[in-house]
Amino acid sequence: MLLAAHFTQPPEWRWYILGYFFLAGLSGGSYVLGTMLRLWGRPSDEQAARLCFLLAFPLVLLCPVLLTIDLGHPLRFWHMMYDTGAGGPALNFRSWSPMSLGVWGLMVFGLFATISFLEVVALDRRNSYPLSTVVARALAGPLGRLVNVVGAVFALFIAAYTGVLLSVSNQPVWSDTYALGGLFLASGLSGAAALVTLFTRWRPAAEASHEALTEADGYFVLLELAFIAVLFITVGFAGQLLRSVGAPWFVLWIVALLSLLPPLASRFGGGLTVSPAGTAALTRIGVSANVSAAIVLVGVLALRAAVIWSAQG
Amino acid sequence: MAQAKGFFTDTSVCIGCKACEVACKEWNQLKGNPPKFLADSFDNTGKLDAENWRHVKFIEPSSLTAATTVGDGQAWLMMSDVCKHCQHASCLEVCPTNAIVRTEFDTVFIQQETCNGCRNCISACPYGVIGFSERTGTAHKCTLCYDRLQNDMTPACAKACPTQSIQFGNLTDLQAAADKRLAQLRQVGYSNAQLYGRDTSVYGGLNAFFLLMDKPEVYGLPTGESAGLPSRNNVGGYLGGAIAAVLALIGGMIAIRRRRERPETEPETSPVSVQAGGGDDR
Repeated sequence: MLLAAHFTQPPEWRWYILGYFFLAGLSGGSYVLGTMLRLWGRPSDEQAARLCFLLAFPLVLLCPVLLTIDLGHPLRFWHMMYDTGAGGPALNFRSWSPMSLGVWGLMVFGLFATISFLEVVALDRRNSYPLSTVVARALAGPLGRLVNVVGAVFALFIAAYTGVLLSVSNQPVWSDTYALGGLFLASGLSGAAALVTLFTRWRPAAEASHEALTEADGYFVLLELAFIAVLFITVGFAGQLLRSVGAPWFVLWIVALLSLLPPLASRFGGGLTVSPAGTAALTRIGVSANVSAAIVLVGVLALRAAVIWSAQG
Repeated sequence: MAQAKGFFTDTSVCIGCKACEVACKEWNQLKGNPPKFLADSFDNTGKLDAENWRHVKFIEPSSLTAATTVGDGQAWLMMSDVCKHCQHASCLEVCPTNAIVRTEFDTVFIQQETCNGCRNCISACPYGVIGFSERTGTAHKCTLCYDRLQNDMTPACAKACPTQSIQFGNLTDLQAAADKRLAQLRQVGYSNAQLYGRDTSVYGGLNAFFLLMDKPEVYGLPTGESAGLPSRNNVGGYLGGAIAAVLALIGGMIAIRRRRERPETEPETSPVSVQAGGGDDR
């Protein structure tokens, strides 16, 4: 992967694809966080885990909508799954094409996200839909954990494969590095932790997991930084670094890099002991937690925009 | 399968008349793009895209190597560019709908009724050949006049070319003709003359191959490391994702389990320890 020469044209993947990559990262990341909290957390983490599953489902629901709108022929979206041409009629499954693999992966993950969503709806007793009650009963035992674990595998795939899809091309920057899959996964997990923090406002019981999520986010951000470094090094060796970080894209990179600071400061910036009476101080810190979460989400978006757009000029 | 067909484009006799561009548009009913002055030599077509399946490149002396110069003057390279109909086609490889297929003539063809306009093929084509048409909502490129081939006719561009720079025929015959022409040029002193895509070194060989008068890079054609299939990045890309997944899971486990080992605190009875900026406003 040294000094690549590119004579390609850009596919003109713009806002819809950016939106899809953003939502896929957050949805996949939320599901993985929920599974981790259930597997390794204490009983009080169940509330945050449920919040994660409640978020993953609507986010993944929007993904196929964006992908379909982006097509030149939206009504032919099903051609992704079914070969209507000379090779058909047959199912389309092309494992070497990340776009084909991603379509199937998104469907399977969507199924798991739906099941877990229905389970949480029943567990929360917000309604008595027969379907959600049946799902919750079925998942009450070990099967529930198995569903979460298998769903998390697909969630990890959904959050990461978008980067691989870019790399499996001949576009400058994208095809000059192996780092994009890992980068998008780390960033998606970090964004999901921020999203859960933001939504804890509407599910106060999930606050019990705040400390764990903050610490985990610190690790995700460190991972993200490492992958950004790998990206810059590999793209640099290919002679494409300027294209990636040059004007005007450096603005997006700066936003993306600055957004990593709040989670790093929270995790590694030293603890602050506050007495229960220090309500004012807690409030102030609380506000900054939400602001920092919003900053992280902006950064997740900026990172993807920088990667997607810089290569396409 | 019928015999493999292809183009041999001999750039040494191209005169830049653009008859190929016109004939292609006429036969394939391409509307063309709105006229634009590109201030780039005699080229106002710009590039291959959904409306231009042939494009005559004009390469000015500044980008040529010294050895290309002839006598006291300098050569002005012209080349009628087209889809290469690669044996190992990047577009065909990544297409998720299987809309891009290899025909009975061994050419690469986009089935318009199957393509859904995802544009993955555009990101993959190393030659920048494929374009997206807003008009049809699908991807387009040279079909090597598939309809004409089915009727035993010569593709429009080759038929119109006045200097036989574009030759059409059975691939084996074209390769023999190219070898002969190369030897002829080398004999009279064109040491830089070379065939591009005649052998399997780029994309397993090209059904539309070229005789060039300079290095492929001068014509905007990839070679060596740059001429890779998109799938080369599958293993590395997924491996990067897998490494990130394992490390993220370990990080998450450490963060969640380490805290679980500590007893749950009661905020009403004991001080709360929070990270700076890590509290909440509820």
